[in-house]
Amino acid sequence: MVNLDTDPLYRLAEWRSAGKATALATVVRTWGSSPRPAGSHLTINEAGDFSGSVSGGCIEGAVIEAALGVIKSGEPSQLEFGVTNDMAWEVGLACGGTVHVFVERVE
Amino acid sequence: MKAALFSALEKALSDNSICAVVTDTGNGQQTLIRDGEAVGDLVLVPDQLKQVNKMMGRDLSGPITDTTLFVRVYGPSPRMVIVGAVHIAQALAPMAQLAGFDVTVIDPREGFVKAGRLSDVTTVAEWPDDAMDALAPDKRTAVVTLTHDPKLDDPALAAALRSPAFYIGSLGSTQTHAKRLQRLKDDGFSDADVARIHGPVGLDIKAKTPSEIAVAILGQVVAIRRQENA
Repeated sequence: MVNLDTDPLYRLAEWRSAGKATALATVVRTWGSSPRPAGSHLTINEAGDFSGSVSGGCIEGAVIEAALGVIKSGEPSQLEFGVTNDMAWEVGLACGGTVHVFVERVE
Repeated sequence: MKAALFSALEKALSDNSICAVVTDTGNGQQTLIRDGEAVGDLVLVPDQLKQVNKMMGRDLSGPITDTTLFVRVYGPSPRMVIVGAVHIAQALAPMAQLAGFDVTVIDPREGFVKAGRLSDVTTVAEWPDDAMDALAPDKRTAVVTLTHDPKLDDPALAAALRSPAFYIGSLGSTQTHAKRLQRLKDDGFSDADVARIHGPVGLDIKAKTPSEIAVAILGQVVAIRRQENA
């Protein structure tokens, strides 16, 4: 039985063992009503497969896209999503919260 | 994240041990803290290390105020010990696993723990007294008895009451439960002791089927766990 809390890291470990490049995204700060608490993980591999979540599904698409860039460049990046963000029109949190997501490549 | 740090994290997770990964979100430098040892290129000043240790103690992830540091604490999974490999256990065990619990089912009756009835769950075919001693419930452990049989439930409840288990629940009607509490009191437990036992077990959601009762029990376990951590 899958444990949904730790599964994203185990998936990432499997991808790494299979020789795939991977990235780890983590909610590092939240303001207002955000669906996932600080520490929540989304893991991504070079093929765009992902596991876990950093929101209720609202911003995952954008985080995955950013993660694919981070996998290529190797440069970690901090993303901000929410009502104050320029991207709010495209990808924002419907609930009105703000989250910072740290995305890093796992070597 | 450097390969060595991820390997250390994988090891900590598989050991079910407490660790913290501290990341400087400004430059990506990181350190993993476990048992007072640090792996990584980020160096913390004593005050920051003190803060990280405090967060590890509370199983709490978050930023360190006025810094660009983020602390991710990985704690051991909570555990659930279920006494009775009965029909409800077949639903409760996988639901609890999905919710992040390490589940162990105790039942000395061979037919009940036969392979296939409870797949992917640790089963212990021993009497609850012995099994509970070995499992040593701690403050991250929930104990749920489901057999209705005093010979099996009572020793397990007695062991649970002597432990710091954060949740103790016991299946049975109001009447059955009252008799059970009386027996435990006759054995020397106080009113305050037996008041720790949730019975009739589970949230009152008018559950009927075994899987609905499992939802009610798991809901109550989660509620108690989160209230205590709040």
